[in-house]
Amino acid sequence: MMDSDLSPQDKKDLDKFIKFFALKTVQVIVQARLGEKVCTRSLSSPTGSDWFNLAIKDIPEVTHEAKKALSGQLPGIGRSMCVEISLKTSEGDSMELETWCLEMNEKCDKDIKVSYTVYNRLSLLLKSLLAITRVTPAYKLSRKQGHDYVILYRFVFLYTDKCYHYFDRQFERTAPIMGIIIDHFVERPFGNMGHMRPCNYRAPGEDEGAYNGVEDSQEVCTTSFSTSPPSQMGIPGKEGGVPQQVPVQPCHGAQAEHGRVSSCPPADHVPATPSSSGEGAETLSRSIEVKGVSPCDVLETTFTRKVGAFVNKPGTQVTTASLDLPFAAFAPRAYDLEENDPMVQPPESPATSSPLQGSLHSQGSGESGGPAQDDFVMVDFKPAFSKDDLLPMDLGTFYREFQNPPQLASLTIDVSSQSMAEDLDSLPEKLAVYEKNIDEFDAFVDTLQ
Amino acid sequence: MNCRSEVLEVSVEGRQVDEAMLALLHTILLHRSTGKFHYKKEGTYSIGTVGTQDIDCDYIDFSFVRVSSDELDRVIRKAVGEFKDAMGNGTDGMGQISLEFYQKKKSRWPFSDECIPWEVWSIKVNVVNLANEQERQICREKVGEKLGEKVINIVEVINQHEYLPKMPTQSEVDNVFDTSLKDVQPYLYKITFQITDTLGTSVSTTMRRLIKDTLAL
Repeated sequence: MMDSDLSPQDKKDLDKFIKFFALKTVQVIVQARLGEKVCTRSLSSPTGSDWFNLAIKDIPEVTHEAKKALSGQLPGIGRSMCVEISLKTSEGDSMELETWCLEMNEKCDKDIKVSYTVYNRLSLLLKSLLAITRVTPAYKLSRKQGHDYVILYRFVFLYTDKCYHYFDRQFERTAPIMGIIIDHFVERPFGNMGHMRPCNYRAPGEDEGAYNGVEDSQEVCTTSFSTSPPSQMGIPGKEGGVPQQVPVQPCHGAQAEHGRVSSCPPADHVPATPSSSGEGAETLSRSIEVKGVSPCDVLETTFTRKVGAFVNKPGTQVTTASLDLPFAAFAPRAYDLEENDPMVQPPESPATSSPLQGSLHSQGSGESGGPAQDDFVMVDFKPAFSKDDLLPMDLGTFYREFQNPPQLASLTIDVSSQSMAEDLDSLPEKLAVYEKNIDEFDAFVDTLQ
Repeated sequence: MNCRSEVLEVSVEGRQVDEAMLALLHTILLHRSTGKFHYKKEGTYSIGTVGTQDIDCDYIDFSFVRVSSDELDRVIRKAVGEFKDAMGNGTDGMGQISLEFYQKKKSRWPFSDECIPWEVWSIKVNVVNLANEQERQICREKVGEKLGEKVINIVEVINQHEYLPKMPTQSEVDNVFDTSLKDVQPYLYKITFQITDTLGTSVSTTMRRLIKDTLAL
């Protein structure tokens, strides 16, 4: 139906049909992934509350999330309501299984009536969706969810005119069934796994909050869901358990991996917690606060170095900004810690109690450049398992001499600031040198064989 | 008006015939059934609600959705049972079961009402015998996949909207819909079948030949 040809009443009806069609569509998809058989009764007398004359229950949380994803908008030409279904294992691994997209195309049938034919066709489409959702491979997986994995869902509202090329590149488009494009077992087109909701459902008896006639329900869903089945899933703190109260942010654009920046509204009130995404403990513990979801924002990082054993000085806290460097966590800082790190620059020794110790420490202190500390008490460095301290190059001396090796050139800031282009430019020269000396290399390889 | 005709072909094991036919016939009927009509004054009517039910197959790795109507299910099961009996139990063979949607056109006396088909679904079935359990297990999965493809075919065809009978007035509703069921109202339909023996000839052809030969003696 062309919007311009519709009367105001027809336009209003059409918008209402599309809205409730979208809400029913997501219910059908999510309920088909709950892991249980769905059964609803036929009623010979109309109740006035069953949209499209189909008995489709409304799970309040699903409706709530769908409405938030829609944010008052409707699927249309270039605007797609997507349901992403993914699998998450008990170890925390996840994989996207399928994405259901609801959108409109530009085909127009001017001869049909909105209030009758369009309504019946939407009903037919819902029946088709009921049939199709049982046929895709994800259905079998969802029926077996429990101990080892759970099925999650997420709603995203996309402007498909910005990301059609992404979809074309990523996977083969099947012929749409009047606007439903079915893709399953594809790479995840969206960003991280945050905001995924589990496809689980409390046992019957819970208030489901069905619609009151054609009026939009104003109820806010506060229902929380237990793990399903409760006796099997015992992974507290993971996403398979009680769903986090994290709202799904409608994304006006694709968080495509090719680098397009989406104009998502800032999520200042939704902190990202790396621990919940499965990062393990690291020797360098760090806390990251994301100030905004735009990747253009500068990340403020605070590094707290863990204090090693036998070190008297407290750990040094360093703050950096604008981390453009790869492996920046491992790069030394401009205001280098080495100058203050007692493990690297041992302080000058006070007067020693024996000539032997004095000779050792004077050797060591010759290398040091740190400030003298009067209250520092030198302790003989006697490495474990060392046989004889009197030998010229004992283990202790060796350790002291080589504990401060020169920094690798590739890790210094100066070198790393060399541009990639310069590196690439120097490659031909290097290759020419290697080719010139190819006989030497071949001879070397022969010696190894 | 030309009748739309669609043909689906499946190869199944003997014990899978029932479930395969039920899956496909119920999928078609799900799309061709509405809620019960309740006519009001001034020519308006309201429509009842169609419920749905998930059915798991026992001999096929497949699940399908049917209309929640035990009455309709009994009618379809009866027809499929007769088809399977005609096919023979555990023997190779080919057959075809057809689901035809039609409209009745009232004729004047002495002519009887005319049945005009507007959509015919023909399901050609090839029954195979399998030697061992491993083959049967493979067959379970393969037939499940095939049925999934057929469901998608059905859905694609049905959503290419061609012809549907107009919604009838109260006096003509029995010419378009089967109003005999209590809970749902499918379009008028009939189920017929035809059996082909292993030689590729239909039973009717064989009978005709027998009669001819007898008369020739």
